[in-house]
Amino acid sequence: MQLLFYISSFIALLATVMVITRYQPIHALLYLVVSFLAVAMIFLSLGAPFVAVLEVIIYAGAIMVLFIFVVMMLNLDKETAAQERKWLTPKVWLGPSLLVLVLLGEMIVLLLKGNGSALPGTTVPPRAVALSLYGPYLIAVELAGFLLMAGIVGAAHIGQHKKKHLHRFLEEKSTIP
Amino acid sequence: MMPVHANTVLIVAAVLFLLGLVGVLTRKNILFMLLSIEIMLNAAGLAFVAAGSKWQQPDGQVMFLFILAMAAAEVSVALALVLQIYHQYKTLDVDALKELRDK
Repeated sequence: MQLLFYISSFIALLATVMVITRYQPIHALLYLVVSFLAVAMIFLSLGAPFVAVLEVIIYAGAIMVLFIFVVMMLNLDKETAAQERKWLTPKVWLGPSLLVLVLLGEMIVLLLKGNGSALPGTTVPPRAVALSLYGPYLIAVELAGFLLMAGIVGAAHIGQHKKKHLHRFLEEKSTIP
Repeated sequence: MMPVHANTVLIVAAVLFLLGLVGVLTRKNILFMLLSIEIMLNAAGLAFVAAGSKWQQPDGQVMFLFILAMAAAEVSVALALVLQIYHQYKTLDVDALKELRDK
């Protein structure tokens, strides 16, 4: 289990670095799918099989497919990659990266100073998750349902296209009814 | 076999989160910024699951489920916004969106 964790976390970190350095959007998306699959393997090695399956099905399966649909609809190809290459100069990414690296150093020092204990290798079964989800967390499940409903309505409203009128007479006629 | 240390998992989650943060800070393309936000949400979920695994409680996994639902709602609205931005401005550059700029 330990070896599984280290290999999959290495793959996750490597794939995530590839995501934020790619120029082509579709390459970044495919690396992000690899990163999510590796994080699912981390969940499996931490003893959370239900969440690992949901990570594969929903994150890597549904959310990333939405992104791929949008990239294909917008037809982002070589022009976008050339523009990204022009935007992503060392002058742009060096400053934020150094600041974030300092923050990461602080975090790692704090984490290594604390006396953390080893994880117990046992799994938390899906049955316990379901009993907790529909027991004490029932109100939060209903709120998540509200949130998803608002997301659907918002996406349907924002996503609709208004018809463009090139001539002003047509525009005036269309606003009357 | 020796089990995994809890702090190791938290360090991996922190590195993933900060990689996402670098992505948000350095990219100008709005699609890449959305991808980086997804990375950050996923890293937060990893920290929750690690904590749930340390204390052998299902609450960490429950919190990951809520993060998942929130990410799905956020992505659907954000991608609709990306489509609208592309149709109105013909670009995905966030610097083009300056309608609210003070004159």
